[in-house]
Amino acid sequence: MTSVAERAPEVRARGLTPVWACSAVAFLLVSLAIGVLAGPVDLGVGSVLESAGARLHVPGVSTSLSPTEEAILWQIRVPRVMLAALVGAMLSLAGATYQGVFRNPLADPYLLGVAAGAGLGATIAIAYLPDGLRGQRVLPVAAFVGGSIAVVLTYAVGRSARRERDAATLILAGVTVTAFFTAWQTFVQQQNSETLQEVYSWILGNIPSTGWSDVVLILPYIAVAVIVILALRRVVDVLNLGDDEAASLGVDVRRVRLALVVAATLGTAAAVAVTGLIGFVGIIVPHTIRLLTGVGYRALLPLSVVVGAGFLVLADVVARTALSPAEIPLGVVTAFFGAPFFALVLRTTRGGAS
Amino acid sequence: MLRSFLVLAGAAVAALALAVAGASGGSSATGQFPVTVVGSNGKVTVTKRPTRIVSLSPTATESLFAIGAGPQVVAVDDQSDFPKSAPRTALSGFTPNVEAIAAYRPDLVVIAYDPKGLSDALGRLGITVLHQDGAKSFKGAYQQIRQLGKVTGRDGSARTLVANMKRKIGAIVADAKKGRQGLTVYHELDPTLFSATSKTFIGQVYTALGLKNIADAADSAGFGYPQLSAEYIVSSSPDLIVLADTVCCGQKASTVAARPGWDRISAVRTGSIVRIHDSIASRWGPRLVNFFRAMSAALDRLRS
Repeated sequence: MTSVAERAPEVRARGLTPVWACSAVAFLLVSLAIGVLAGPVDLGVGSVLESAGARLHVPGVSTSLSPTEEAILWQIRVPRVMLAALVGAMLSLAGATYQGVFRNPLADPYLLGVAAGAGLGATIAIAYLPDGLRGQRVLPVAAFVGGSIAVVLTYAVGRSARRERDAATLILAGVTVTAFFTAWQTFVQQQNSETLQEVYSWILGNIPSTGWSDVVLILPYIAVAVIVILALRRVVDVLNLGDDEAASLGVDVRRVRLALVVAATLGTAAAVAVTGLIGFVGIIVPHTIRLLTGVGYRALLPLSVVVGAGFLVLADVVARTALSPAEIPLGVVTAFFGAPFFALVLRTTRGGAS
Repeated sequence: MLRSFLVLAGAAVAALALAVAGASGGSSATGQFPVTVVGSNGKVTVTKRPTRIVSLSPTATESLFAIGAGPQVVAVDDQSDFPKSAPRTALSGFTPNVEAIAAYRPDLVVIAYDPKGLSDALGRLGITVLHQDGAKSFKGAYQQIRQLGKVTGRDGSARTLVANMKRKIGAIVADAKKGRQGLTVYHELDPTLFSATSKTFIGQVYTALGLKNIADAADSAGFGYPQLSAEYIVSSSPDLIVLADTVCCGQKASTVAARPGWDRISAVRTGSIVRIHDSIASRWGPRLVNFFRAMSAALDRLRS
């Protein structure tokens, strides 16, 4: 694949430069530090460092935090920061992947109906499962199953179209499935109005304070998705030229696209399952990187993972500290900053040929 | 055609009703009609003792049955699950269908919520509507019960009920004043940690019992129902946790204790977790007394 990319002059978009790579990693590290240090409860920088040192068995260091503060730091705050990083990385990567695969700058991780499907799965679980089963543990599974079914359906609808299976057909199928599942979800929700509050807060999107269990739950899916997509990152540059051009360069367009889309969707479904809908991350992060660096997909995809993780950690810091000790739904924070930014992206890219 | 005819006919009936009401004037003596009360939808005149009441308000349903007006009620909405003897139907108070309500030929419809011009639409059909919005204080809740007494001709029973409620709650509050003060409480509306401040109706129960509500610090906007962060709840370590999400979301002491970090909270350690039925905690009717009793029992356990 590398040789294919190198033979095509148009594909030679800029690769990863050390400056941008270091900047992205520095951004992530700073974000993680802020995420761990900032919160509704002020633990103090020194105490947090001491506590971390004690956990790492640094000789001579012991924690000065009370047991309650230790619990707040290690059972609530740190897992939440990790979860935000994982989800942010996944959503940005999925968004960038879809934008490349479908050659559509507006593509976001929810393009193929995964969000609507997950929403329906969660709503059905909230509305119909008996009390004993309905704990918070079942919700992610139901959402994940719903999201996966929706995407399989999108693919089936896309395939059944008599037209050649191009990217536009799949997007249309996604719109159709989204509309259908959203209508179904609204109906179920309306029939069970006592569940309105729970469904509503799920859909708004937030990083839950559920400790390490959610991190462990979604880590395998996101790890697989990231590995598959990054392994194929050079092919995305080729796909971005168009199906015919990519095929003429020796790429099995259908198989590669399927692999990329399945990986991105699997990871997104896992992320959506625990956090609900968090809009705009998948759009703003890749577009910001592209505007700043002008890199091609083979560099954009890994940068999206790193910057996306940092971005969502910071957004979650805003969500849990801006009105502390109250919380703002994370989806509100990302959309509030994302919408104006996206308008700007539209303005600056409108006249451009790319 | 039919539609415009119905609207015209409805308007004519409404005009007639107004004329009758205006002519006879508003006397409000016990059990006498016509009677005029002021609901959330303004002045409401009931011309004669209603015998076909439809209640789309679960709170009003409880009050109507508690004051003995139950036999006058022909239908209640799908959320009115108390008392069991109430004639529960598929009617919805949130997404109401005017035709379905009108089909019960009601002479009085009580609502707590007026979506998409429901009361106007019923008014055009000549049906009297009493809108009783969520009460903001105990006084407001008592007034609503008294009001239902007036419009149903059960004024005496309504007065007795309110007097009994005041007496029972007063005794519980007086008892609570004798015990340890300054205990803190966290009221949970759902597992994503939405809570209710002292400004809300339910929050006033805690204020009356001398409890300090940890949600108050989180409500700079004054909205009344902030979403708290888990860190804050754990560090506040409230003495009491009240779960109003037992039915909707299956929460109980063990699920709360299993949340990360929550085992450090005072209420979890002492087992001071009160499970209150969602419907009792979200209504402002006669069962307010039950809520006070549950809280009082929990406080007694905590203080002993």
